[in-house]
Amino acid sequence: MSHHLVEVESLRHVYPDGTVALRDVSFRITHGESVAIIGANGAGKSTLLLHLNGYLAPTAGAVRVGDLSLTKKTLPEIRRRVGMVFQEPDDQLFMPTVYEDVAFGPVNLGLSDPEVEVRVKEALERVGVAHLRDRPPYRLSGGEKKRVAIATVLSMAPDILVMDEPTNGLDPFARRRLIELLADFRHTKIFTSHDLDMVLDLCERTIVLHDGEVRADGPTREIFRDVGLLAACRLEKPLSMQGCPVCGARPLQDV
Amino acid sequence: MASFEGSILDFRRLDRLAAGETALHRLDARAKVLVTIVFILSVVSFDRYALAPLVPFFLYPAVVLARGSLPAGYFARKVALVLPFALAVGMLNPLFDREVAVRLGPFGIPGGWVSCASIVVRAVLTVSAALLLVGVTGFPEICRAMERLGVPQAFTVQLLFLYRYIFVLTEEGARSSRARELRSFGGKGLGIASYGSLVGHLLLRTWMRADRIHMAMLSRGFTGEFHARRPPRFGGKEALFLLGWSTLFVVLRLHNIPQLLGSLVTGGVR
Repeated sequence: MSHHLVEVESLRHVYPDGTVALRDVSFRITHGESVAIIGANGAGKSTLLLHLNGYLAPTAGAVRVGDLSLTKKTLPEIRRRVGMVFQEPDDQLFMPTVYEDVAFGPVNLGLSDPEVEVRVKEALERVGVAHLRDRPPYRLSGGEKKRVAIATVLSMAPDILVMDEPTNGLDPFARRRLIELLADFRHTKIFTSHDLDMVLDLCERTIVLHDGEVRADGPTREIFRDVGLLAACRLEKPLSMQGCPVCGARPLQDV
Repeated sequence: MASFEGSILDFRRLDRLAAGETALHRLDARAKVLVTIVFILSVVSFDRYALAPLVPFFLYPAVVLARGSLPAGYFARKVALVLPFALAVGMLNPLFDREVAVRLGPFGIPGGWVSCASIVVRAVLTVSAALLLVGVTGFPEICRAMERLGVPQAFTVQLLFLYRYIFVLTEEGARSSRARELRSFGGKGLGIASYGSLVGHLLLRTWMRADRIHMAMLSRGFTGEFHARRPPRFGGKEALFLLGWSTLFVVLRLHNIPQLLGSLVTGGVR
């Protein structure tokens, strides 16, 4: 069985204060897929992501990663396989230098020093920030922080990359370069985002969450063409699929 | 708040200086931490009227400034910030201690003035030694050195996290405070009520951030222990640095070198 598989089955999550964040969510993501999970604020995206690496435990239902279902015993292995990049890089980069931050995961995995060195070097080169290795994280720009945050999970050699709002807070150029970088990754990828143009560029499949339920699951372009569905879920077409607001020209990505 | 932000920025400069590449920067942090401790102990253990014997101790900060190619002006300004506190501590001595302690020809200087001056000189010495230690070592390295010297990891990790997030948290605090000022008019809205709520919110946000950081740590295999990475070398250079300076400080502490020199000179004249 492939390690790169994520399966969520009738997942339900109720927070201790009684808020029902996820009612009944099921989907299956297979090897090499790139999937966006979109939805309005409060639709349950973040809660869902936190189940994928076992930070939250399901109230009911199950999460499986590869051949492992999520239990206390499989937790360390699941966390290695699922590399989670959080929305706010300042929360993710907590060590004194970039090097130590990227080394944090591999060291915890018990790798030897030379192996850690190789992993860190490769991860930093992969995201193009090898020159930042000795810098403290607070002296990086937003785009650099994001890249380093990605390197911190790449160094654990994950099978699945999960990213919460990857383009959030980036300037247009940094955003474009990040999208190019992510497009190059061969991992199974799961994104949440409000940046629907990025979703259009990166994900062939989209899952729409609304009120803790899967409202739609299918090819990204089809979903974005369904204006009624989008409106019902407090979303709208990506800008590149809308006509030009100035001259009325046809959309860039007419599909 | 602006000045507060400013002083934090200034602190970052100290951090940048620590990234220098002089031989002094490259020494193992433990040697520098220990030398600084010996220095501070030697300086503070002097008798309260000691003034002249303290003077040779300025050699150490001077040498560190020069060998570490650090900006003297910057450190002088930082040390000057502490002077008012030292003065406040010593200020009352001249009032209570009027007995003449030192005679300069016809003038007698009361003991209170001497001890007050001694307090100020000690403050300058110890504070500059501590700042220079950070300037040639960097805060994270100092924490790690302390850990290797036997300080429990719980403390050093606390310090490291404090250092990592102090900038993030002060920025957050500064933003909240700015937002409050911008919506307060004629002193209205700046009272204790809104202050309490602002601080409360900051605390809750910090709490939530701590939660997110913990989450990020867990998702990268954190199990409650920070692993040390490649043990640094405590070699000949470090031993020499430690022994050399410590011996000098102990000698300076036990013998009044300025007096010895003075008696040599006056003895020669006589």
